[in-house]
Amino acid sequence: MGLQVDGVTVIYPGRKPGEEVHALENINLDISDGDFVVALGASGCGKTTLLNLMAGFIAPSEGRVTLDREAIEGPGKERGVVNHVVTGPGADRGVVFQKHALLPWLTVFENAEFGLKLQGMPKQERTETASRYLALVGLEDFHKHAVYQLSGGMQQRVGIARALTSNPAMLLMDEPLGALDALTRENLQELILDVWRETGKMIFFITHSVEEALFMATRLVVMSPRPGRITHTYDLDFQQRFFDCRDARAVKSSANFIEVREKVLSIIHGDELAGGGNHV
Amino acid sequence: MSDTAATASKNGVLSAITNIFSKGPAKPGESFGAPGQGSSVAISVASSLGLLLLWYAVTAMGLIKPLFLPSPAVVFDKFVEVATEGFGGSTLLDHTLWSMGRVFGAFFAAALTAIPIGVFMGVNRVMRGIFDPPIEFYRPIPPLAYLPLTIIWFGIGESSKLILIYLAVFAPMALNARAGVRSVSIEQIHAAYSLGATRTQVIWHVILKGAMPEILTGMRIGIGFGWTTLVAAEMVAAEAGLGYMVLNASEFLVTDVVIMGIIVIGIIAYLFDLLMRWIERLLVPWKGQM
Ligand SMILES: Nc1ncnc2c1ncn2[C@@H]1O[C@H](COP(=O)(O)OP(=O)(O)O)[C@@H](O)[C@H]1O
Ligand SMILES: [Mg+2]
Repeated sequence: MGLQVDGVTVIYPGRKPGEEVHALENINLDISDGDFVVALGASGCGKTTLLNLMAGFIAPSEGRVTLDREAIEGPGKERGVVNHVVTGPGADRGVVFQKHALLPWLTVFENAEFGLKLQGMPKQERTETASRYLALVGLEDFHKHAVYQLSGGMQQRVGIARALTSNPAMLLMDEPLGALDALTRENLQELILDVWRETGKMIFFITHSVEEALFMATRLVVMSPRPGRITHTYDLDFQQRFFDCRDARAVKSSANFIEVREKVLSIIHGDELAGGGNHV
Repeated sequence: MSDTAATASKNGVLSAITNIFSKGPAKPGESFGAPGQGSSVAISVASSLGLLLLWYAVTAMGLIKPLFLPSPAVVFDKFVEVATEGFGGSTLLDHTLWSMGRVFGAFFAAALTAIPIGVFMGVNRVMRGIFDPPIEFYRPIPPLAYLPLTIIWFGIGESSKLILIYLAVFAPMALNARAGVRSVSIEQIHAAYSLGATRTQVIWHVILKGAMPEILTGMRIGIGFGWTTLVAAEMVAAEAGLGYMVLNASEFLVTDVVIMGIIVIGIIAYLFDLLMRWIERLLVPWKGQM
């Protein structure tokens, strides 16, 4: 059971006719109940493409993606998309723009209950559900706020609450914290971990930050570009150490953490130098 | 010697000119080098008053004959006279109501047709293929050019007037509605599908809502076009209306009524533009916010 990516290849048409971009090549990945899978890798290695496959926004060129053995044939409420990126040929230069997927004409609360309303849930039940998840992400006092007046971090929280209301089997997040300042980012890492522990959802999470990846993942998949492949996987439990001590800085500055971090960093730097990718 | 002096004074003039446009450090709250910063309201008021003063001065000094440009006072007296006694068989209020009726009749007819068609053009490739050529073809043609045809087809009654204004209003409304649909962020559409929305729900709850700012912009531009076309529409066989009043007055060289009519049309059109802007702020406060 869980989500299975089975021998998946994705080939985009290139810029010139006849040219092909192998965004993903023969990807195999199993996500089971309770997994927090983080994908990490240089720009253009196919992370976003992989997430969009799971969301059902694109179809694989070869292979299949299944959730609980059922083929994914489009977006569905059992796979909650917290945020995603519409990728394009600019991705290997790091040129993608992420727009917010919240609906600015609705309040925070209306955004949270939007999916339930469309699904036809009765008003009282939907109010309870939306309120519960807004409280879970710490927005119980912001029901009536306009989403466009919230900070970036609060907007991500609304996105999380909105995705959770449909009670999906998994949550998908594509660099959700990338645009936030350092402090907000660390707060939200902890919030997402708590939400994950509380709800037990499978999570597929993309990030550019090695530290974030190591801190949050139960399984880290490191990808490399041209063609996009999974080159390393690590089973990790730093988030459990965080749950034990509630001190993220202590976890992130432990010797063990730093050791793994340097190892992963050297892999990724190797990719970026070899591929002439995104030099930051 | 004299050569260098000339160059020096030339340089002085040049640097004086460039100094006006060169930029010192920005004051707090302004941003360095941003073009056209600062409020221009006071200057606009001064410029309007200046124009009025100029108008007053040239007429008071007798530089231009009243036949060509009557004085502001005469035009104002005419305004009071036409408002109370009327001109060309109707009072100013009647003329205004007739014109507003035509502009709004055409505007509502256009809103009811152009917005759905524009939305369909945005969401459906077939509809876009069908409606694109006719709209794009007639849009840049000045209404005066197809006025004769509307008269041949629809006669000299009310319908050809309405249709002329309707056509002028239709294109900007349809094209803005279409652009609005296309401007809806694909992320919002994806998110709605992921929450279990059907295609119809996505169109109603995401696409139409997201297109609202541009639909309203289209309505504002459309009503402006309506007033622009009014005089052309009232050129033939009208019995009342601001455009008719102006044209009729010009035939008898009653210049004060012509100028008064132009000013009234200008003010009404401007007020409706303000009204539409206010409605926009009310209905789509999120415009440009996300
Ligand atoms: N629509 C497209 N057409 C052509 N190439 C694309 C398209 N979308 C993505 N790509 C390419 O696919 C590769 C993977 O992109 P993406 O999944 O966005 O990577 P990542 O998220 O890891 O940066 C990149 O090389 C990108 O240029
Ligand atoms: Mg990406």
